[in-house]
Amino acid sequence: MFEGLPILTFITFLPLLGALTLVVISRLSNADAQAQIEKNAPRVALLVTGFVLLLSILLVFDFDRSNPAFQFIEDTPWLGGGIEYRLGVDGISILFILLTAFLTPLCILASMTSVKKRMLEYMVAFLILETLMIGVFVSLDLILFYLFFEAVLIPMFIIIGVWGGKNRVYASYKFFLYTLLGSVLMLGAILWIYFYSGQQLDSPTTDMRVLMTQLDIPGGVQTWLWLAFFASFAVKMPMWPVHTWLPDAHVEAPTAGSVILAGILLKLGGYGFLRFSLPLFPEASLELAPLIYWMSVIAIIYTSLVAYRQNDMKKLIAYSSVAHMGFVTMGIFAFNTQGIQGGIFQMLSHGVISGALFFCVGVIYDRMHTREIAFYGGLVSKMPVFAAFLMLFTMANVGLPGTSGFVGEILTMIGAYQVNPWIAFGAAFGMILSALYALHLYREVVFGEVTNEKLNDIEDVTRPEWFILGLLAFFTILLGVYPSLITDITSVSVENLITEFNADIANMEAN
Amino acid sequence: MWQTLSLFAPELLLAFFASQLLTYGAFAKKDVSVGARYFAVALLVAFALIGFVMGKPTGEAFKGLLIVDDYSYYVKAIIGLSAAAALLLSKSYFQSEKLDRFEFSVLTLYAVLGMSIMASANNLLSMYIGIEMQSLALYVLAAFNRDSLRASEAGLKYFVLGALSSGLLLYGASMIYGFTGSLDFATIAASIKEQGPTTGIVAGMVFLLCGLGFKISAAPFHMWTPDVYEGAPTPVTGFFAVAPKLAAIALIGRILIGPLGEITSQWQQVIIVMSVLSMFVGAIGALVQSNIKRLMAYSSIANMGYALVPLAAGTVAGIKGMLIFMTIYVITVIGVFAVILQMRIRNGMVEQISDLSGLSKTNRPLAIVMTILMFSLMGIPPLLGFFGKLFAFLPAFEAGLIPLAILALIASVISAFYYLRVIKVMWMDEAENEFVTAPRAVRVILLISALIVFPVLLLPFFAIPAQSLISQAALALF
Repeated sequence: MFEGLPILTFITFLPLLGALTLVVISRLSNADAQAQIEKNAPRVALLVTGFVLLLSILLVFDFDRSNPAFQFIEDTPWLGGGIEYRLGVDGISILFILLTAFLTPLCILASMTSVKKRMLEYMVAFLILETLMIGVFVSLDLILFYLFFEAVLIPMFIIIGVWGGKNRVYASYKFFLYTLLGSVLMLGAILWIYFYSGQQLDSPTTDMRVLMTQLDIPGGVQTWLWLAFFASFAVKMPMWPVHTWLPDAHVEAPTAGSVILAGILLKLGGYGFLRFSLPLFPEASLELAPLIYWMSVIAIIYTSLVAYRQNDMKKLIAYSSVAHMGFVTMGIFAFNTQGIQGGIFQMLSHGVISGALFFCVGVIYDRMHTREIAFYGGLVSKMPVFAAFLMLFTMANVGLPGTSGFVGEILTMIGAYQVNPWIAFGAAFGMILSALYALHLYREVVFGEVTNEKLNDIEDVTRPEWFILGLLAFFTILLGVYPSLITDITSVSVENLITEFNADIANMEAN
Repeated sequence: MWQTLSLFAPELLLAFFASQLLTYGAFAKKDVSVGARYFAVALLVAFALIGFVMGKPTGEAFKGLLIVDDYSYYVKAIIGLSAAAALLLSKSYFQSEKLDRFEFSVLTLYAVLGMSIMASANNLLSMYIGIEMQSLALYVLAAFNRDSLRASEAGLKYFVLGALSSGLLLYGASMIYGFTGSLDFATIAASIKEQGPTTGIVAGMVFLLCGLGFKISAAPFHMWTPDVYEGAPTPVTGFFAVAPKLAAIALIGRILIGPLGEITSQWQQVIIVMSVLSMFVGAIGALVQSNIKRLMAYSSIANMGYALVPLAAGTVAGIKGMLIFMTIYVITVIGVFAVILQMRIRNGMVEQISDLSGLSKTNRPLAIVMTILMFSLMGIPPLLGFFGKLFAFLPAFEAGLIPLAILALIASVISAFYYLRVIKVMWMDEAENEFVTAPRAVRVILLISALIVFPVLLLPFFAIPAQSLISQAALALF
């Protein structure tokens, strides 16, 4: 369908184009029209992101699942010297594009009512953010990838800092500096790879397709480079013990910001491990995998316990995100089909579920302007529909069979069990703890009598909220009962990844 | 004869017309400052581009005192254009401060003439002449607001410390002369190749680099920078932050590769120490500043540290990286000063960072542009500042100076903190005061700077020719 068209460029930069249009229109119109523009900005943004969603759905249909190579390749000169503009998708990245394109319009829809000030700027920031996030997933060039990966900080800093809660400045600083420190170490590693590729290959290059297959980095250096990439991805993920920026950022960010943060930005780290760490540094990955296992298990158990003690709903969900990301890293570094498939599945499903949970918190926050767990209680009698939705998403968060959360967790645990049963045991124990905090949250907020008088007038979900939550609930269940919807698309690419990984390892052992 | 003249044409043009302007201004009956400014701007643009128009003749002039090559053409072009931008920016400031005199334009022209000689220096003597010519004009410019205590202090401080640095420089030059028997760069290089790094030559080299370190305000010779930046009139500070820095670091590049090219391992240590100290002094010192001009002073110290990273590599890619980094730095800093010059409320200029608070509400375009410039200085992609750092740090990897590059990356994280503070003040704080509308010239320069920093140079049809131009310039040194 998209033969010969630069479709990936188009999908990536369409939101940016929308943002620029909004800015230009607002600049050209006079002061009287500004109120109208503020009002129409979300509609324009919705239209643009809706179109992006449509295109990415078409892209998935047009995608050849049986082909492990990158597709829709674009390769045009850019900076010269081997650093070029290279785009392409495979079975792993295409689903993340779809997830981004799916969540962004929902965020914009949710922000229409909940954002009270500077609507135009908010929409512009979100559209730019979408461009950058899609850009991360379509880049096949290390420098281009870094460009998008790092640039995400700019709109996110502004979103948290301007539209956030009380402590927003502190949170935005923490978010920015934490992730920047991780990223610059990765930049150092990228520069080294670029320089080294010039020595080992004919000419220096940052083309991922060439680097993955042809570059052979000596073992000792691999460990350092792996650690540098790890510094960046672990912070983004976030893994214990560098996760502390996440609760702050989540608590202060506006609802849609939290959704994007949990739904997509956290996936950049996991995607980075899959796309870069495993293919580029197989030996180091294998060697350091135990480190990842233990960090993952500690994350799963420790952050679950921390989550249980939170008073703030968003903080609780934020800590639970850290725990769920622990499953992802555990699965990816099991280096087998179930583990990696499970890791990808868990990322996508967590994107939907945690996004849904943050939307749920947003629904009651918009009404009561507090996220204190103790403030609420007995919502089931006032907001039955909301209670039902929250029930579903809480169960999905715990990993109840029939929801998408179950599939991801069971697959990663199967994968991990083949490598180290103790790790799988620890993770399973963490699942029990996740039931502890999730059900605790649900009981405190929804069950019981209404004790707080302020809750007497609270209203149930409105129609747009119904639409958002219903859509997310649909996908939570759909992916739970029919997971091959996702695994069919990823399987060939994952098999290819594992085959090449094993070949590299065998090569190393032969030497 | 004709060949020498054609090589020397840019300087000749500048010297002749600057003197004409001075004479005319001194004898004119009425105030000619406005006309003089436009004349000087036109002259500077002509100076910047004349070499390219004449097809870039290369060679040595005045029996090897000056050398004209692609490197010097490139450096002169950037110096000339940035000086022209600084002059244009100065108009509204000086007019509203009632300081507008035609001498300002003349002094700028003379300073640029000195920088031009620095960029072409091929002999210790012409190097010194260039530096002094530049410095003397700059001392006066720093104290241009002679009734202001702060400006006079800035001028005096700059003069005393500058004289000290010139002394160091001369001492180093005389030692090198004593141990090699020549002032000519090529002969010095040959002599050093013959006798190797003897104590005298190394000592001379260290003094020479210390003296030049003053000129680029590299730590530990940076003490004058914050005070001079704060005290001098803002357009002058903007000028200080760009053109002299570029001229001095270009001169350092030429000396390191030319006469000292044989003792790379010796000067590398000096450059590395200056580089690391500068970036950390700049990054940490700026954390506590509340005046935006002082902030920019520390920022320029840190940026000089980054610019020394590729120089330490001592390779073609290193020189190229330095030139790319400096070009981007110059463009960004001119933009920042165009913003600072717009910080005017009804009763005059303000220059505290907190005066920018709430700018995103009171003046959204200005806030957006300043945000872009700050992120660019931070080195966040996709802004141009990132590519400056990319090309600056890459040569260090190639030369095996990996710890240096890692330190530079870490320093840039620390410095992100204070750039973020400026952004935070603009976007997250409540507005205190509103700036009056800025004159058009300032806004136009700001727009050009922001447009360049933001997307334009990312496009391949700009990026590749620009790189090949700079590569050519860098190759000329080898």
